[in-house]
Amino acid sequence: MKRTGVFVCHCGINIAGTVDVKKVAKELSRHPGVAHAEEYVYMCSDPGQNLITEAIKEKKLDNVVVACCSPTLHETTFRNTSKEAGLNEFQCEIANIREQCSWVHKDMEKATRKAIKITKSAVERVRRNESLEPISIPVTRRALVIGGGIAGIQSALDLANSGYEVVLVERSPSIGGHMIQLSETFPTLDCSQCILTPKMVEVSKHPKIKLLTYSEVQEISGYVGNFKVKILKKPTYVDPDKCTLCDECTKVCPVVVSNEFDIGLTGRRAIYIPFPQAIPATYTLDIKSCPGLLPIACGKCADVCEPEAIDYDMKPDIIEEDIGAIIVATGYDLYDKGLMAEYGYGKYLDVLDGLQFERLCSASGPTQGKIIRPSDHKEPKEVVFIQCVGSRDPELHCAYCSKICCMYTAKHAMLYKHHVPDGQAYIFYIDIRSGGKGYEEFVQRAVEEDGVLYLRGKVSKIFEDKGKIKVWGVDTLTGKDIEIDADMVVLATAMRPSQGAGELAKKLKIAMDKDGFLSEAHPKLRPVESVTPGMFLAGAAQAPKDIPEAVAQASGAAAKAVAILSQERLFHAPTVAQVNLNLCTGCGMCVEVCPYVSLSLKDGKVEVNEVLCEGCGTCSATCLRAAIQVKNLTPLQVHEMIDASLGGR
Amino acid sequence: MADEFEPKIVAFLCKWCSSAGSDLAGVSRMQYPPNVIPITVMCSGSMSPLYILSAFKKGADGVLVSGCHPGDCHYIKGNFYARRRIALVKKLLEFIGLEPQRFQMSWVSAAEGTKYTQIIKDFVEELKPIGPQTKLRRSS
Ligand SMILES: Cc1cc2nc3c(=O)[nH]c(=O)nc-3n(C[C@H](O)[C@H](O)[C@H](O)COP(=O)(O)OP(=O)(O)OC[C@H]3O[C@@H](n4cnc5c(N)ncnc54)[C@H](O)[C@@H]3O)c2cc1C
Ligand code: SF4
Ligand code: SF4
Ligand code: FES
Repeated sequence: MKRTGVFVCHCGINIAGTVDVKKVAKELSRHPGVAHAEEYVYMCSDPGQNLITEAIKEKKLDNVVVACCSPTLHETTFRNTSKEAGLNEFQCEIANIREQCSWVHKDMEKATRKAIKITKSAVERVRRNESLEPISIPVTRRALVIGGGIAGIQSALDLANSGYEVVLVERSPSIGGHMIQLSETFPTLDCSQCILTPKMVEVSKHPKIKLLTYSEVQEISGYVGNFKVKILKKPTYVDPDKCTLCDECTKVCPVVVSNEFDIGLTGRRAIYIPFPQAIPATYTLDIKSCPGLLPIACGKCADVCEPEAIDYDMKPDIIEEDIGAIIVATGYDLYDKGLMAEYGYGKYLDVLDGLQFERLCSASGPTQGKIIRPSDHKEPKEVVFIQCVGSRDPELHCAYCSKICCMYTAKHAMLYKHHVPDGQAYIFYIDIRSGGKGYEEFVQRAVEEDGVLYLRGKVSKIFEDKGKIKVWGVDTLTGKDIEIDADMVVLATAMRPSQGAGELAKKLKIAMDKDGFLSEAHPKLRPVESVTPGMFLAGAAQAPKDIPEAVAQASGAAAKAVAILSQERLFHAPTVAQVNLNLCTGCGMCVEVCPYVSLSLKDGKVEVNEVLCEGCGTCSATCLRAAIQVKNLTPLQVHEMIDASLGGR
Repeated sequence: MADEFEPKIVAFLCKWCSSAGSDLAGVSRMQYPPNVIPITVMCSGSMSPLYILSAFKKGADGVLVSGCHPGDCHYIKGNFYARRRIALVKKLLEFIGLEPQRFQMSWVSAAEGTKYTQIIKDFVEELKPIGPQTKLRRSS
């Protein structure tokens, strides 16, 4: 029989105050197979650990149980101690008699009895533990960044500047994301494009960055350190190397569609460049709105293109990349406009969303920064801004706070006043959330310097009346009804995960929260990691956030990725599934349920990919023949633990 | 008081949520009756129906299986399998004639120390009036 050592910690009075530790040690010393049992005031202290190493050597112990605090705290400590004494680290198990026992009970006798059972259960388990070595896997030292907004750009630059190759995949024709659409940014009012375009250029020039625009991740397989990614590059029908940006094609293209860069405030042609500073600097032929690539259908652009850059025969390309770590930075979209009919959005031309207002204010926008009404091009003298449109409305829309709208609405009202000094800005709000460096001062500035009128309350009705937009609401501070004859209304609509983020998350097998934002591994301690090893999150894809936060998270994600890419090899917990080939009938039920696709059938039996397996045990609960089990928590071990827990031993 | 029936309960807690939630109950010094012996498993998805039967056979008066909230499983979807499997076990146990109160499933996140405490308190209270479990106990 194996010789087990049991070490009971007092944890000062944390355990000894409620559990009779002497009795636990004594009782355990009588347990079959226990060759040694002792207690000590602080097992995790140096003398405590020495006690364990000495006992292992002197009493020739095969394995140990430390009865102490939660394994989340000192499992690593005591496994290392055991290793130093010459045992395999898996020959050490923890019995949690503090968090799950002494701290939650007062009755000493009962708590002691419970502690004994918990410890016996750990003894039963450790006795059947296999000695295992971590599984070692090689690392492909390249990263994939999905999404080329500010977050993705920052991650890609950080990684590339650390010396790693990066593949940056952006689905639209240019990188830049939403930040490139903004005019000025709070709280400093610096020009958004002026601070972003240098970074975009750096991306395009960086020798370590492979930029794939108009591209999407199609398929992904593999695991941390060794992903295989298939990327679909859609045809732009324009050869960027030949295109000289002469703009002749747009002059002849007969098709006009809504311009997504200006959120429909302007039109663009079927062949277009999204905005002058686009990266890559080239035109794209939007095949959906082009009448046809056949010369009979149109073909005007190709006729005028002198360098013959337009290639109607361009085909979609599938690019395969080997990748070690992935950062997902797919950003956000504004709340679906169709769902905001109650605010007259989409019904009245002069009811805009925040991004449209950014375009109106922007010096490079459709009006060169003049704020005018889309309906009659007159300067609006009364503008109503409404916050929390679609946010904080669990009944009808999104329950969460979109976090940035308070700030950008204050910014919008200020920008408006800077453009139209004799105009009046009103803001309907629920609360003002201005936590952030310089943010509260910024809001105060809007009120004090620019005379913005904040009205606490909700808007009840918006309708058009004789060229004005009537806004009815209630001021909840005074209880008075409010009626404003506005010339323009700007809605601070909720931020949503970007369209298609859900499908991508499924491909990557990373989780989403209830609102569809990507889930971090731990809300406090692992905010940039996804639950899937080797995949990290950055920017508004994870939750609504502003630029400084998106950038901080992007750099954090890059640092986490570097922690993987800088390794020659990675180590993986060896507590993985194991098949008993004599029992397996190859029914494939386990293959179906494995969340990590680590199982496959080969020659009529199931085979485990040890690198992919996370050891969850779902397969073993599914197998009707008990042919598959997870090492070191096998059904036999669990049955023995149950027995010990019920006082059977 | 001395001979009041004290039910024996085995609680299978998934490592990532429920076991962490029970740790939090400890850290917050919440109090609940000592009738429950916790066994940490990797995921509620690894709960074989046999474990539950085995616990009853070995004399448990109640069995609790607790995992992450649906959608929050550390292993993505283990708890969905658990939910399906456990619903079947529940039916089976009721079919055999076991009082339905004796077997419970709950979702306790790492942040829900209070919820875990309440579940244990309620479970013990529910089991007290129905007395020892004899239906499946191995006669020895
Ligand atoms: C009206 C308004 C005003 C704002 N003003 C300010 C301000 O003044 N100051 C401030 O700090 N913040 C401001 N913000 C917030 C700012 O826009 C965001 O913080 C920032 O853009 C987030 O960057 P991101 O890279 O995470 O996301 P995005 O900017 O949304 O970028 C995501 C990128 O990923 C791409 N993508 C999406 N899905 C995929 C896919 N499946 N595959 C490949 N690529 C994909 C998108 O095309 C996009 O290029 C404002 C927001 C709004 C709505
Ligand atoms: S469920 Fe069991 S028997 Fe079926 S393939 Fe998997 S291991 Fe083999
Ligand atoms: S233990 Fe989990 S991850 Fe490993 S093979 Fe089984 S089901 Fe898949
Ligand atoms: S890890 Fe908690 S239920 Fe799967």
